[in-house]
Amino acid sequence: MLADRDRIFTNLYGFHSSGLKEAQMRGAWDGTKLLIDRGRDWVINEMKASGLRGRGGAGFPTGLKWSFMPKPDPARPSYLVVNADESEPGTCKDREIMRNDPHLLIEGCLIASFAMHAHACYIYVRGEYIFERERLQAAVDEAYAANLVGKNNVHGWPFDIYVHHGAGAYICGEETALLESLEGKKGMPRLKPPFPANMGLYGCPTTVNNVESIAVAPTILRRGAAWFAGFGAKNNTGTKLFCVSGHVNTPCNVEEAMSLPFRELIDRHCGGIRGGWDNLLAVIPGGSSVPVVPAHEIADAAMDFDTLRGLKSGLGTAAVIVMDKSTDVVRAIARISYFYKHESCGQCTPCREGTGWMWRVLNRMAEGRAQKREIDMLLEVSMQIEGHTICALGDAAAWPVQGLIRHFRHEIEKKIDDYAANPHSEPARGYSAAAE
Amino acid sequence: MSVRRLADKQPETFEFTPDNLAWAQAQIDKYPSGRQASAVIPLLWKAQAQHDYWLPRAAIEKVAVMLDMPTIRVLEVATFYTMFNLEPVGRHFIQLCGTTPCMLRGANDIRAVLEKRIGEQRHVSADGKFAWLEVECLGACCNAPMVQINDDYYEDLTAENFEKLLDDLAAGRPVAKGSQIGRVSSEPEPRKGSTLNEGALFDGSLVGSWKARFEEDRAKAQAAAEAAAKAAAEAAAATPAEKK
Repeated sequence: MLADRDRIFTNLYGFHSSGLKEAQMRGAWDGTKLLIDRGRDWVINEMKASGLRGRGGAGFPTGLKWSFMPKPDPARPSYLVVNADESEPGTCKDREIMRNDPHLLIEGCLIASFAMHAHACYIYVRGEYIFERERLQAAVDEAYAANLVGKNNVHGWPFDIYVHHGAGAYICGEETALLESLEGKKGMPRLKPPFPANMGLYGCPTTVNNVESIAVAPTILRRGAAWFAGFGAKNNTGTKLFCVSGHVNTPCNVEEAMSLPFRELIDRHCGGIRGGWDNLLAVIPGGSSVPVVPAHEIADAAMDFDTLRGLKSGLGTAAVIVMDKSTDVVRAIARISYFYKHESCGQCTPCREGTGWMWRVLNRMAEGRAQKREIDMLLEVSMQIEGHTICALGDAAAWPVQGLIRHFRHEIEKKIDDYAANPHSEPARGYSAAAE
Repeated sequence: MSVRRLADKQPETFEFTPDNLAWAQAQIDKYPSGRQASAVIPLLWKAQAQHDYWLPRAAIEKVAVMLDMPTIRVLEVATFYTMFNLEPVGRHFIQLCGTTPCMLRGANDIRAVLEKRIGEQRHVSADGKFAWLEVECLGACCNAPMVQINDDYYEDLTAENFEKLLDDLAAGRPVAKGSQIGRVSSEPEPRKGSTLNEGALFDGSLVGSWKARFEEDRAKAQAAAEAAAKAAAEAAAATPAEKK
């Protein structure tokens, strides 16, 4: 198990104050100037050597991303934008960072901005996190008052940090949609290229990073890339916040080493599966966007990017949604399909029409009111949505459906058989909940 | 996507209060000059907060004028983002998270309570106190099931404690925000004390301990530099000797 001294988020649960003084006692803002004085190349190389992969879901190497930022140009200032639009179902880690350890995030923003020649940083917090936004703003105000950030701060890198917020659109977690939203438009993703590192916020070079990726940076630099790289398997290094929800005895957020076996994660921190390990049905290991994995495959799998990709799923945001055998897995995935129908921005036809179509078909299947040949049709349509949209929301809507058919086709077929054996004309359930 | 329209009955005018106007100006100042449109979501949000939690057409037009944006652009934003309520909501507007992680932990029981007590969603109760809406993931999945009532999260609900919560709200009694079963945040409950117990993490005794690594590096670099200088000096001393 990860030792307490190796945990980055020591106030994850908010047992202590989020204030500046207490945060400094826990090690935030400790020697930040020393780190900055070692120079931009050192910071970026250290981040690269640490093997940190972006914590927002895609797992792109953070140090590499920082190195893509172009040379400074007075006409086009660089920006750091922090993606705190945490809305992936199952994910609730950034919330804890913002309300309990905000100074780690602010310090990370300063260092990351320094590394990419940015003098301004916007933190885009999801609209529903009103209390978290106020906490974060209070921490920013404290940092300004202590002259840790600002035009003339003690670190010698002029830097302004602003807290911005959204208003309830999942799609704004996509980096270009987030930038559109930050510019005051509808959150509709942009075509790439040009990538944000060239044309981002206000047409200027921009890097968008997840809260967790930024907040771990100062500690990595302090303790060294080798320390961070010492956890987890090759190419999957470091510590990670896992958000375990669903049918475990004690759902919780916890910081653990990457590549920890699923069984250990659950037994150590979550009090085991509800009803014991024999009662485990399936797990969605990385937030709603990744395909479901059945019990026998996940139980002893290492929780990291590469292992889970090998299981045709993914680590995503490490939001582990556990389902025991009481779960109607078809309904659970149908609900996820409804989520994507609701959150599609409507820009690309395959996604706008396809998400609703998949939801309607799945909803019928959850009642058994379907033909078995429709299962293959559903699979085929999901393949037509995947990869044919501007952003990854289309893919994210298709994958859970594909995972369901891959592993639980027999469940759907059983429902169809049950209904065929006892057909009735009552209206289908489930539509009313989501009637629009 | 969801279809969202403005309410049929609209107030004639909308004005920000002086306090909110000053607040709005501070928001606009966060963004580079000429980029005031960036403040559209915060301003609409403030307008909604000021106007009983729903957004009238007059407020949308007002914000468009303040930010020098075409009205249609602001209207687009107001209809795109689902947190803008375009119709009146009750004094306690309940947003129930119904997405899969909450559903697995019993969001359907909470929905049954809401249907029993308030009726259909998107309708204000007869006494004007409550309205509810099923929304998508609110990002408190380790504390599922949960609802957001106006600005605050209420977590770890059961049908019983949620009924009590609604009773208290209806009677105007004070209620506890956050977890309804006494959790601080998303720690395991009951807490087995497996993590984050070491006192040294919090008393400041570990601050600066990491600098040893840099000191060692510096000492090594210094030693290497000295050795190199010495070698160079020896080489320099040796060269003229050879010349002789």
